[in-house]
Amino acid sequence: MSEQSNAITMDGPESLWYGHKGNLYAMLILGVVAIGSVWALSLDTRWIYLLVYVWFGVGYGVLLQYGRFCMASAVRDLFAVGVPRMAVGMLIAVVLFSLTAAIVKVMGVNTFHPHPIGWHVIIGGAIFGFGIVFTGGCASGSLYKSGEGNLGALLVVLSISFSQAIYVTLGGWFDRLVPASWTESAATKGMPEELTVTEGWFDQFTAGYIWDLKGTTLAESLEFEGEVAGAFVGNAFLGAILPSLVLLVYLYMFAYRKGYLRRYKIEMPKLGDHLRGIWSMVSSSRNTAIAGLGLGLLAGLHMWATGALRDHYQIFNFGELLADMGHTAGLSLQDTVFDPGYWYITTQEAQWGAWVMEKAGMMSRDNIFFGLENGIPNPIINAPGWMSIGIIFGAAVIALSRREFKWKVPNLETAMFALIGGALMGLGARLAMGCNIGAFFATVTNGDLSGWVFLAGMTLGGYLGVKGFSRWMEWRAGKDEFDI
Amino acid sequence: MAVKFEKVADGDYLLDVTGYVCPHPQMYTKKVMGKLESGDVLTLLFDNPSSGESIIAMCDSDGNDLFERTEEGGTSQWKIRKA
Repeated sequence: MSEQSNAITMDGPESLWYGHKGNLYAMLILGVVAIGSVWALSLDTRWIYLLVYVWFGVGYGVLLQYGRFCMASAVRDLFAVGVPRMAVGMLIAVVLFSLTAAIVKVMGVNTFHPHPIGWHVIIGGAIFGFGIVFTGGCASGSLYKSGEGNLGALLVVLSISFSQAIYVTLGGWFDRLVPASWTESAATKGMPEELTVTEGWFDQFTAGYIWDLKGTTLAESLEFEGEVAGAFVGNAFLGAILPSLVLLVYLYMFAYRKGYLRRYKIEMPKLGDHLRGIWSMVSSSRNTAIAGLGLGLLAGLHMWATGALRDHYQIFNFGELLADMGHTAGLSLQDTVFDPGYWYITTQEAQWGAWVMEKAGMMSRDNIFFGLENGIPNPIINAPGWMSIGIIFGAAVIALSRREFKWKVPNLETAMFALIGGALMGLGARLAMGCNIGAFFATVTNGDLSGWVFLAGMTLGGYLGVKGFSRWMEWRAGKDEFDI
Repeated sequence: MAVKFEKVADGDYLLDVTGYVCPHPQMYTKKVMGKLESGDVLTLLFDNPSSGESIIAMCDSDGNDLFERTEEGGTSQWKIRKA
């Protein structure tokens, strides 16, 4: 790379930070979020709980855009163009988050709950992985790209939101897809009658299948004695760091080694050459590596901050605070709302879709997902929802300051991919009980091996998606009559 | 708006994937670079920042020379010489 130029003039007033409109808009966004935060706290200091989500969202957005950190490309670019950059960045983030999560665990404020493990994880991961190839971004990636002015990515977010809301409430013909054993098992769970858990495929999937499975962490299943050993050795090292190191070596061997040895004209490589090659792979994209480190750190701090606030307010769920503040309309039957306490994306988007549909008279709460567990809060007081909006804001801030913000209206092809791919991502996320963040990143870093199963499914889906996308590309290239 | 690929002159090609998100820019670039002859130059236009990181990594891996990068108004114009 012998030359890099920037067409933006840097002489005169534009050389000052306020001389560029992008910087001013970026400051305006940060100012609005800051003033909004002060205003919320002036109304009631307990809104600090929601504001923690907002500001960590902004932080995630900044780092995601800075590092072009989209986990979709971790599997997609590996198969599509042979580039391991994002897979490496993702594994760096996993290693660091596992360590910060272990610290938070030892401090006694870790908010993580292990996910039940079963076939649903790999099937959901595969459907999700297939969808992300066509949308051009994972759930968090679509949010940060929305912050770059990409309206196609915003369409993906809308598709994920509404498709999930629809999936979890479908009944009638879809009930025929459910095994009788799930219906029978769901009926024995003693759920309130208004939830009608033996109607609706997702209720029966949840109560008749998921609730019969178990989730655990490696520290628990290996029966580590002592909190420190369990958190650092069981969960962090054995559950996250060791598998990440194995995968890094695998990526080097099969996706990086050949090009590295050719570039440095090494014909008879020794162990030292390979170690330098692995370091070259890890450090080849500085921005992605820095973003991975930052995200790992931030995700742990987020977990600590929410856990500390729960301790402070003596609550288990934000719904309790909302009820105390008189906001009961969006709460579930248990007076809860979705409040993971860490980085999570898809469930709050389902709540957005459900809220709009409820206002339009198209949504009922006779289901476990919304009625019993997550509620349908107004988006204004949906704390994790604000984390997602914070990601858009944070990404917009840094995209504007780097002169990379550009309104992009999708054409018919990208709009179609956004809607269909988003709907597949929504289905995969609901089956697997989360996306690449909730079902993978947050799980493997806390010693829950179900996340690696999700990654295996996502990788399989990504591989098939790339095959399908390549076919589409060949067809398009022929149709446009340009001979590549 | 469609992907545009054209021969500008002998050994000089243009690929315009502006308006497209991942994975279009990197996959079309990979496909085009595979077809060019050694020494040919591709001018690539795209406006999806995350694709840029993958294209840099592709050039590094394949030994192609990304010798000019211009960014203006959120659109990137890069020139790549095939090894």
